Amino acid sequence: MKVIELNESVTASNDRDADVLRKEMRQEGTLLVNLMSSPGSGKTSLLSGTILDLKGELEMAVMEADIASDVDAVRIENLGARSIQAHTDGMCHMDAGMTGRALSAMGYSGIDLVFLENVGNLICPAEFDTGAGANVMLLSVPEGDDKPLKYPLMFTKSDVLIITKMDTISYFDFDLTACQERVRRLNPGIRIFPVSARTGEGMEEWEGWLKTQVSRWKQFRNI
Amino acid sequence: MHELGVVFKIRDRLKMLASENGFSRINSVTVALGEVSTVIPEYLTDCWDWMRKKEPLLAEAEMLIEPVPAITFCEDCGKTYPTVKYARICPHCGSERTFLVQGNEFLIKEVEVPEPEDARS
Repeated sequence: MKVIELNESVTASNDRDADVLRKEMRQEGTLLVNLMSSPGSGKTSLLSGTILDLKGELEMAVMEADIASDVDAVRIENLGARSIQAHTDGMCHMDAGMTGRALSAMGYSGIDLVFLENVGNLICPAEFDTGAGANVMLLSVPEGDDKPLKYPLMFTKSDVLIITKMDTISYFDFDLTACQERVRRLNPGIRIFPVSARTGEGMEEWEGWLKTQVSRWKQFRNI
Repeated sequence: MHELGVVFKIRDRLKMLASENGFSRINSVTVALGEVSTVIPEYLTDCWDWMRKKEPLLAEAEMLIEPVPAITFCEDCGKTYPTVKYARICPHCGSERTFLVQGNEFLIKEVEVPEPEDARS
């Protein structure tokens, strides 16, 4: 018998795939934004609002990752954005390989911004680098302000936290300040945008952030 | 939560290793698994045992798990403590300025393969 020592992280090959994908997308000038949250936190509503608002300024596409069905992709196509439905075949997250294959199937030449709507799950998607240029998570008011304590990894890995359904805050015991403090304790550099896709509250700040990221991404496309 | 996905990752890595090193059988694969890595050992070996039957390279490859206990370090008092029992707050001094030193690991440590003469027999 012979022993081969490897001592390699199980996600090492995924990390390599993710770096390759990020480089390809940078050269193309397309920013991939990975959207993560639990089911029903309002990812598709946020995207619908964002696409309607930025339609004239940016070319956008959406990759819907679900275990099954294409309801989200249909909703997005009705807004006039390109979309692709990726099925994870029962898997609880998207990895860089799946993301890369779905992106090539859709084609992203000439697209400024692709949103990856990851599987609704606050745990697994945080563990796998998809190759995205930015990681954005959503937490909706009805889910509660204690979620950073329960799912710390997701809050640690995200560049941006969007607190959605702000129009419902008077109906829930959601302490916005306490929530922000809990999140910053885990991730001091995170940007936090409280929004309501229904009333439009906070959408301008979030969309402004997106536009800045897209222009930065293109600025450094050749490095 | 994602044991099924990760067994495919391990399978792909071992197939690559086999073609690089020219072996066609694996006796065992040893995995280091942190206590707070979110991977559940029993689910992992169940998924592994289901998957390995489909791969001639892995058909006899038992998965051995080496648990890695989770340990947190406190920046204020400089002591360590078991993460699972006390979470983020230091039981020695009450500080919240703590970080995980180990326990997040999920590594393929080593692979045991038959010697070339064993393989021929």
